[in-house]
Amino acid sequence: MRILIIEDDRETATYLTKALREAGHVADHAADGESGADMAAEGGYDVIVADRMLPKRDGLAIVSDLRKEGDETPVLILSALGQVDDRVAGLRAGGDDYLAKPYAFSELLARVEALARRRRPGEADTMYRVGDLELDRLSHTVTRAGKPIPLQPREFRLLEYLMKHAGHVVTRTMLLENVWDYHFDPQTNVIDVHVSRLRSKIDKGFAEPLLQTVRGSGYIIRDASR
Amino acid sequence: MRLGRFFNTTAFRLSAIYLAGFSVFAVLFVVYISYATDQLLARQLRETIDTEIRSLAEQAGTGGIGAVVAGVDRRSRRPGASLYLIVDVTGRIVAGNIAEVPAAVLDRADEEPFTVGYVREEGETAERLAMVRVVSMPGGLTMLVGRDIAERERFREIIGQSIAWGAALLLVLGAISWFFVSRRVLSRIDSVSATSRRIMDGDLSGRLEVTGSGDEFDRLAASLNAMLERIEGLMHGLKEVSDNIAHDLKTPLTRLRNRVESTLGGSDDPAAYRAALESTIEDADQLIRVFNALLIIAQVEAGTPDKAGERVDVAEIVRDVAELYEPAAESAGGELTAQADGPLFVRGNRELIGQAIANLIDNALKYGSRDGEESAGAHVAVAAGREGDRIVITVADDGPGIAAKDRERVLERFVRLEESRSAPGSGLGLSLVAAVARLHGGEIALLDNLPRGLRVVLRLPALVEAA
Repeated sequence: MRILIIEDDRETATYLTKALREAGHVADHAADGESGADMAAEGGYDVIVADRMLPKRDGLAIVSDLRKEGDETPVLILSALGQVDDRVAGLRAGGDDYLAKPYAFSELLARVEALARRRRPGEADTMYRVGDLELDRLSHTVTRAGKPIPLQPREFRLLEYLMKHAGHVVTRTMLLENVWDYHFDPQTNVIDVHVSRLRSKIDKGFAEPLLQTVRGSGYIIRDASR
Repeated sequence: MRLGRFFNTTAFRLSAIYLAGFSVFAVLFVVYISYATDQLLARQLRETIDTEIRSLAEQAGTGGIGAVVAGVDRRSRRPGASLYLIVDVTGRIVAGNIAEVPAAVLDRADEEPFTVGYVREEGETAERLAMVRVVSMPGGLTMLVGRDIAERERFREIIGQSIAWGAALLLVLGAISWFFVSRRVLSRIDSVSATSRRIMDGDLSGRLEVTGSGDEFDRLAASLNAMLERIEGLMHGLKEVSDNIAHDLKTPLTRLRNRVESTLGGSDDPAAYRAALESTIEDADQLIRVFNALLIIAQVEAGTPDKAGERVDVAEIVRDVAELYEPAAESAGGELTAQADGPLFVRGNRELIGQAIANLIDNALKYGSRDGEESAGAHVAVAAGREGDRIVITVADDGPGIAAKDRERVLERFVRLEESRSAPGSGLGLSLVAAVARLHGGEIALLDNLPRGLRVVLRLPALVEAA
């Protein structure tokens, strides 16, 4: 997919462009707010990654200008300011996600890809399928190989989020943000324990494990046999 | 120099304006009084003269000119300030007690009373002043009736002198009080400036003098002292933080650097490189975590309670966070129970309150396990309820607890007790909880949990719902 990076720090920009290209994406770079806004306005990008503090024009202004023009390209805002108020300001300006510096590249990649997927049709699917695992979003039921699996409400939401992004890595913080709606750093392995509980419910007794841990990044649910 | 500064003070200017205004009003007042008195006296004089002329005219009516002349002659002999004079056509004095008047005066018959100089007795050199009225009488006679006005003049003089003396006295007294008032104000202000200079030079423990009089200066000094108290507290905190940063961030940075250096100097084994890089990332992540925690605390501490946010349900947050940590507690061999019946509304920031509760639960799980029994995890009970106008959140464990002497200390940044040094952590968790409590106008208390363990109580002001 095509990604625009608006970032004034040359080293960070080079690193991001290179890493995104290695991940199989097309990455363009703008070094200041003005050229970034021009490139974003030309369109054609799947996701825009914008630093919040930029020379000439700040990231939030670029986003709100895009939204005023009716451009709905997903924007991930990067910021050295990572506090609650800043996040709210970023999202209010029209940003779709907010990532505080410093971040792990795997986190940024997972979020960029999740943002790009959000635009694709299929959002309204009522049924998610991964291998023989099925999740019905309307009746709130989960079955594997036709056998019903009882889940707690939170476990259901966790699985729903993972399956929505089936085949893609989701990070721990993405889970905390989207399943629990908290943005703080839980410091301990709380998310891992939730995931392993879920895993024991959906994978135990089946030959093919669907929910896998991606070392250093997070989790992925996929049908590895295909 | 000193005098120049004195004249340059606000007190000086204010009292100068006051004094000038007061003097002008005082002079105007005295002038008005003397003018009015003068007018009154003049009118009385005129009336007296008119009365005498009328009574003499009556005598003329009954006894003719001869009776008038006799009457004037009789009255002239009485002692007093009354003056009479009757002259005939040739100007010869027929009767009266005046030796000499300017000749023109007698031609001004039938005029309103007027002031004129005269000589009382033959041979007198000093001319006197009188108010007189001249009337012409039958038979070519002219009569002058009047009163000496020396008394009135003396009165005028006295008033004039009083004004002069009064004004002089006023000026002197005003100047004196003015000097003392300004000096008093100036000395208080000087002491304030001196103290602030001392404080600026670095002695933050300095305080302004409060005399106990309760005047504006005392109130000003008291507020400035309160401000200094807060600044000193903040400076103290800042110093502590920088000391702690020096220690708690330098140590892992040094470790990180040493590891990279020794790996570079060691074998070329790619596996060793990989391991070293991975632990470097781990260390960096831990450092970032500490930085983030510090930044959040700093931001929260700089916040003001009214900025704290919207209506949030503490019961819901407690249930959410407890649910988040429950599997972790169980997998560690412990137990986490939550009791929170809501809604329990406070005005605040859901994210920060959530993080505070998470920190408390995290601490309880980490440090609240029974020592000695490795397998047994902590039994943590979280509860939220309402006590009067406070929402009370309690996180209790059955671990070793914290000694009473350490309870204040653990709320400070980076403070980690010896017993817990081995466990991972930054020493910032409780500091953040305390900062969040302060931001929301609440407080945190560390208590004994019976029969054993620590009970942390977080109290936040309940949101008062508009009916």
